[in-house]
Amino acid sequence: MTTATDSSPMLEADRLALRIGARWLCCEFSLRLAAGQCLVLLGPNGAGKTTLLHTLAGLREPTVGAVRLGGRPYMGWDSAAAARFRGLLPQQQPDFFSASVLETALVGRHPHLGRWGWEGPQDEAIARAALAELGLADMATRDILTLSGGERQRVAIAALLTQAPELFLLDEPTNHLDLRYQVAVLELFARLARAGRGVVMVLHDINLAARFADQVILLDGRGGVVAGARDEVLRAGLLSQAFDHPIRRIDGDRRAIFIPE
Amino acid sequence: MIRHAVLPILAALLAAAALAFAWALSAGDLPITFAEVAAALFGNAQGMAADVVRELRLPRAVAVFACGGLLATAGALMQVLLRNPLADPYVLGISGGAAVGALGAMLLGLAPWVVDGAAFAGALAAMLVVFGLAHGDGSWTQTRLLLTGVIVAAGCGAAVTLMLSLATDTRVHSMLFWLMGDASGAGRPWPAVAVLAVGLAAALPFARDLNVLARGEITARALGVRVERLRLLLYVLASLLTATAMTLVGSVGFVGLIVPHLVRFLVGNDQRVLLPAALLAGGTLLTLADTAARTVLAPVQLPVGVLTALIGVPVFLFLLSRHPR
Repeated sequence: MTTATDSSPMLEADRLALRIGARWLCCEFSLRLAAGQCLVLLGPNGAGKTTLLHTLAGLREPTVGAVRLGGRPYMGWDSAAAARFRGLLPQQQPDFFSASVLETALVGRHPHLGRWGWEGPQDEAIARAALAELGLADMATRDILTLSGGERQRVAIAALLTQAPELFLLDEPTNHLDLRYQVAVLELFARLARAGRGVVMVLHDINLAARFADQVILLDGRGGVVAGARDEVLRAGLLSQAFDHPIRRIDGDRRAIFIPE
Repeated sequence: MIRHAVLPILAALLAAAALAFAWALSAGDLPITFAEVAAALFGNAQGMAADVVRELRLPRAVAVFACGGLLATAGALMQVLLRNPLADPYVLGISGGAAVGALGAMLLGLAPWVVDGAAFAGALAAMLVVFGLAHGDGSWTQTRLLLTGVIVAAGCGAAVTLMLSLATDTRVHSMLFWLMGDASGAGRPWPAVAVLAVGLAAALPFARDLNVLARGEITARALGVRVERLRLLLYVLASLLTATAMTLVGSVGFVGLIVPHLVRFLVGNDQRVLLPAALLAGGTLLTLADTAARTVLAPVQLPVGVLTALIGVPVFLFLLSRHPR
C-alpha cells in the first residue's frame, strides 16, 4: 500500500546536518534511496548513526536541511500513514511487562487498524508468517521476558515484518544474533529490497556492510561524512580514518574482505 | 488478546461485582436477607430494612465500588505512563497533596465537605506542581517525572507528619483514619461514578496506543503514536481519577498497585481488556474490604485501607508464586 508518488525516491535527505548540544554529528550531506536499494550507515561508537537513523525516520527534526519520505516531508504525513510506509527497528527492546511473542509481533499491526479496530485472523496470519520467517513459529505463546537476547531481537524483527512497511530503517539488526541468524536476517532484508522495498541499516561489521550495501554512509564521529556507492566509501584509507584504527582491504574473487590490523 | 476471549472475562468480573454488592447490602448490624435487598432495590419495599439498604448501604457501596474502580484504573494508567510495574496512583505525589489539603482542613476543624474539597484541591495542586517542574524545559522523561513526583510526595509526607504532631488527640484519630483510607463518611457517590465513567470513556479509545506505548517510546513513535499527547492525557486522567477517589475515601493503599497486577495475571497486558477489568476488580475488592471493615469487628469500624492490604497482599503473593515464568 504505497501512498507516495511512484517516481519520487523512498527517502531523501537534502543538505542534512545534525547537532546535539554543541557537537556537530555530521556536516551537510544529501542522500537518495530508491526502492530496491540498501543503504548502510557505518561509523565508530557515538558517531551519531542512531541519531541520523531516527532523523531519517522522522522521530527528530534535522538541525539543518530536510528529510522527505516518499517525496513529502514528514509534516505532510499522517502519523499512521507514515508508519505504514516506513518502519523502524530500535536498537534496544525495552520490556517492562510480560507479553506473549505473538502479541508482541501483533503490535506491528497498530498503524493498519482504526481507533476501535482489533487484530483479526488476517493480522494474526501476517504475524505468524513473520514469526515463522524468523524461526519463532514454535514460540508464539512464550513470554518475551523469558527469551534470550537473540530470540528477543528476532521477535522485534518479526514485529517489524508484521508492520509490513515499504521502507525498513534498522538500527543494528544483527544485535545479539548468532552468526547464522546475522546472515539469515540480512539476507531476508536483501530479498525484501530485491522485491522493491527500501532498506537503511546501521551495522558495525564492515564485512557484512560490504556484502549487503548498495550505498554506504560513513560517519567519522568528528562531523565528517562520506556518502556514496559501496566501493567508493569502503576504502581502507577512509575506513581507517573514520574508525581511528588501521583497516586493511583485501579484494577477493567474489567480494572484498576487511581486516583490522 | 483475542477479542472473543474478552467477554467471558468481563462477564465473570461483573458477576463477582454483583456478588460483592449483594454482600455489602445485606451484611451489617442489621442483617438483611438477599430477598429483602432485592425487594428494596428493585421493588417498592417499605420499612426499616428497605430504608437501611437504600439510604445507608447502597450509597456507601456505590461510593466504595467507584473508588476502588478509580484507584485501580488510575494505577493501571500510571504503570503504563511510567512504564514501571511498581507505579501506583500515589507515586507522583497526588496522595501527598490530597493529604496535606485534607489534614490541613481537619487541623483547622473545618466541616467535612471543606475537608473533601481541600483534599481535591491539594491533589490537583500537587499534580500541577509535579507536572510544571518535570515539564520545565519541555522534555519530560518518565525518570524525571518519577523523581519529581517522589520528591514532592516526600515533602508532603513531612508536612503531614508536622500536622499530626501539632493536632489535638481527638483530631489525630480522624486524621489517621483519613490517611489509612476510611469510607465511613462516603455518602454522595454519584460524582465519583460520573468521573469513573468519563475516565474510562476517555481512556478506552487510546487503549491500543497504550499497548504500543508500553513497548517503549521509540517503538510507539515509529508506529505512529503521538506520544507527547498520549502521556499528557494519561497523566491528567490518572491524576483526576486518583484525586476523586481520595476526596471520597482518603488514602486507600494497595488497590491501585495490586489490582492492575492481579488483572494482568488473569487477562494479560492488553489495555483494552485490562482497563475495564481493573475497574471491575478494583471496585469489587474495595467493596469486599469495606464490608469486612464494618462487619468483622462490629460495632468497631476498621479503616478500609487496612483491609485492602490484608486481603490484597496474600492474594497477590499467592498469584505471584503460581504465575509461570
